[in-house]
Amino acid sequence: MIVGLVLFAWWLIDNTARNLAQANIASGFGFLTNRAGFDIGQTPIAYSNASTYGRALLVGLVNTLLVAGAGIVFATIVGFIIGIGRLSQNFLVRLLSTVYVEIFRNIPPLLVILFWYFGVISVLDGPRGVEENPFGFYLTNRGLQTPTLIFGALAWASLAAFAVGIVAAVWLAKRNKAHQSKTGVRKPILWSVLALVLGLPLAVFVLTGLPATVEVPTPSRFNLQGGFQIRPEFVALFLALSLYTAAFIAEIVRAGILSVSRGQTEAASALGLRRGKILRLVVVPQAFRVIIPPLTSQYLNLIKNSSLGLAIGYPELFAIGTTVLNQSGQSIEIIVISMGVYLTISIVVSLFMNWFNTKMALAER
Amino acid sequence: MSLKFLTAALGLSVATLVASGAAAQTAQTVKDRGTLRCGVNTGLPGFASQNDQGEWQGLDVDYCRAVATAVLGDPSKVTFSPLSAVQRFPALQNNEIDLLARNTTWTMDRDTALGLDFVGVNYYDGQGFMVKNDLGVSSALELSGATICVQSGTTTELNLADYFKTNNMEYNPVVIESQSDVNSAYDSGRCDVLTTDASGLAASRLEMANPDDHTILPEIISKEPLGPAVRQGDDSWANIVRWTHYALLNAEELGVNQDNVEEMKNSENPDIRRLLGEDANFGEALGLPKDWAAQVITAVGNYGEIFERNIGVNTPLKIQRGQNALWTEGGLQYGMPIR
Repeated sequence: MIVGLVLFAWWLIDNTARNLAQANIASGFGFLTNRAGFDIGQTPIAYSNASTYGRALLVGLVNTLLVAGAGIVFATIVGFIIGIGRLSQNFLVRLLSTVYVEIFRNIPPLLVILFWYFGVISVLDGPRGVEENPFGFYLTNRGLQTPTLIFGALAWASLAAFAVGIVAAVWLAKRNKAHQSKTGVRKPILWSVLALVLGLPLAVFVLTGLPATVEVPTPSRFNLQGGFQIRPEFVALFLALSLYTAAFIAEIVRAGILSVSRGQTEAASALGLRRGKILRLVVVPQAFRVIIPPLTSQYLNLIKNSSLGLAIGYPELFAIGTTVLNQSGQSIEIIVISMGVYLTISIVVSLFMNWFNTKMALAER
Repeated sequence: MSLKFLTAALGLSVATLVASGAAAQTAQTVKDRGTLRCGVNTGLPGFASQNDQGEWQGLDVDYCRAVATAVLGDPSKVTFSPLSAVQRFPALQNNEIDLLARNTTWTMDRDTALGLDFVGVNYYDGQGFMVKNDLGVSSALELSGATICVQSGTTTELNLADYFKTNNMEYNPVVIESQSDVNSAYDSGRCDVLTTDASGLAASRLEMANPDDHTILPEIISKEPLGPAVRQGDDSWANIVRWTHYALLNAEELGVNQDNVEEMKNSENPDIRRLLGEDANFGEALGLPKDWAAQVITAVGNYGEIFERNIGVNTPLKIQRGQNALWTEGGLQYGMPIR
C-alpha cells in the first residue's frame, strides 16, 4: 500500500516535470534566490525590492503569523466574553451576545473583511488637513499612527533587566507557593513582583541616561511621517478575522460551560467555596476539556482564513505567493510551498493544542 | 495525510498538463471544436469589457474575433475567458485557452521561461501615474513619500519599484489583486496615486466617482508593448495569429477598410490584390482560405478602425494614436509585407 502510494507520487512528480519541460516552462526551486523586484507595504523584517523571492515569501509568512497570532488572542478574549455573556443572568447582556453570534456566524468571512476595509476604514478622513493633537495619535484612512520610542544603544541593558525581573518574579512566586503549602500562610508578593518586573528595568533605564527619544507622527505633503503605523489592511483583516472567529468560539465556550453539570457547582458551594473560586477551580477546568478540541479547529480556521487578506491587499503569505507566482511564473512550486507552509503552521498549532489538551485532561487516579 | 493532499493537488495540475502535451496542433483543434477560446481581461473598458447586452467589446476582443474569422470564418465563434492578471499565464500554459489577448506586456521572461510566444504588439503602452487634482502635483518626480495603489503580479509593480529607486524617492505601496479593487481603494482615498499602463489609467479614470478630479501625470516610466500571445511550440498557430495582426496593419496602410473591402478586390494595386487573396493564395501556407484577410477585414475592420472604435478620440477613453499610428504616420505600427 505504502509502496504503491510512493510509486504513484513518484510517477506524478516525474510526469509533471516531463510535461513542464515539454511545454518549455522552467521548473525547480532555483527561482527563490532570484531578485524579487517588487515592494511590499508591510515589512516586519528587513526587505527591499533588491531582496530575493525567498525573502519576499518569508515576509509574507511573518505577516501571516502576525495577523493570525494577534487574531487568535483577540478572538479568544472576545469569544470567552461573548460565550459567558450568552449564559448571563442579565437579559440585555444575553440578548446582545446572541445578536453578536448570529450576525457574525452567518456572514462569510470575506464579506466581513471587505466591510471593515471598504465600509469602515475607507470612510475615515484622509491624512491631509488632519487636526494636530497633543498626544500624537492619528486615526485616518491610512491606518493608526502613534508616537514611538526610538531606542538608543544602551537600551539593551533595560531589556536585560526586564528579563532578569521576570525570572526573579517567577522564582519568588514559586517559593511563596512552596511556603504556603508547607505552613499554610500566604504572604502578599504582588508589590515585590511589580518592583522586579517594572521597577528594575525602569531603574536601569534611568541609570543608563534615558537612551530613547520619542518620535511623533507629523503631517507631510502626502502622509503622516514618522511614528508607529498600523496599516488599515492589517486593522481590517485583524478585526474581521477575530470578530468572525469569536462568534464560533463563543458558542464553543457556552457549550463547554453548560457541559459541567449543575451539581458540581452546588457541591462546590456546599463546601463553602466562593463564586470566583467555584468558576476557577471547578467549572472552568472541566469546561476546558470540552472547549479545547473544537477551539483548535477554530484557531486553524482563523489561520487559513487569513489568506483572504489577498482581497484587500494585506501582504500575507498567500498574497505574496500570488505575486511571486505571477512575476516568476513558477505556479506549481509556489502552490507546493504555500501548501507546505500552511500545513506546517496548522500541524504545529494542532500539536501544541493537543499537548495543552492532555495537560488539562482528566487525571485519572 | 500531507502526502495524499499534495499528490492530489499535483495530480490535478498534471491532469491538465498531460492534456496540453497532445495539443500541439491548435489550429486543427480550434477547427474541430468550432470555436476559439480567447483569454481576455475581466473588465478593462476599451480593451475587453462587456456591454449592457453582455457582449464583449474592445481592442483585444476584436483581435480574438479577427483570429476566429481567419480560422473559422465567423467573428462570433469565440468563447471568451475573463482572466485576472494572476490567472492568465497558467490558463494559456494549461491549454484552457487558445489565445491570450489580455493587454499583456511582452517581456523576455514571459517569452522564454514561461513557455509563451508573443506574436506582435497590438498596443504600444507605457506606465503612468494618476493623482487627485487637489494634491497639486504636476510631475511624478514630486511623488516622494506618497502612498501608491498598484495591481499585484504585474510589470507595473516592478517598474514602480525601479522608478522610485532610480530617482531616490520613497513610497508606500498598497498592492491589491484585482484592478477594480485597486481603483476603488484609490478612489476612496486609501492612496494618493494610482499607477498602471497609461491606457488603463484612462479607463480607470472613467470609473472614478468624479473623473474630472483626477489628472494623469505626463511622465511615462516604462515600455509596455501589449500584445497577443500563444503557447510555445506551435509555430503554425503562432503564424496564423501573427499574420492576422499584420493583415490588419497592412489593410490600414493600403486604405482597405470594412466598407470598401469588396470594391478593393477589383483594385489594380498588387499589394491590395495580394492582401485580399485575388492574385495569390497566401492563406494556403497558413492552412486558411484564400480570402482569409478579406474576411477578417469585413468582420472587424482594419487596425485603425479597431483602434478608433474602441479607444480612439471619439470614445470616452479619448486616446490619441501616438506611438500606435502607422509607421507612415510617424508611429511604431509596422505590418510586415504580405508577399
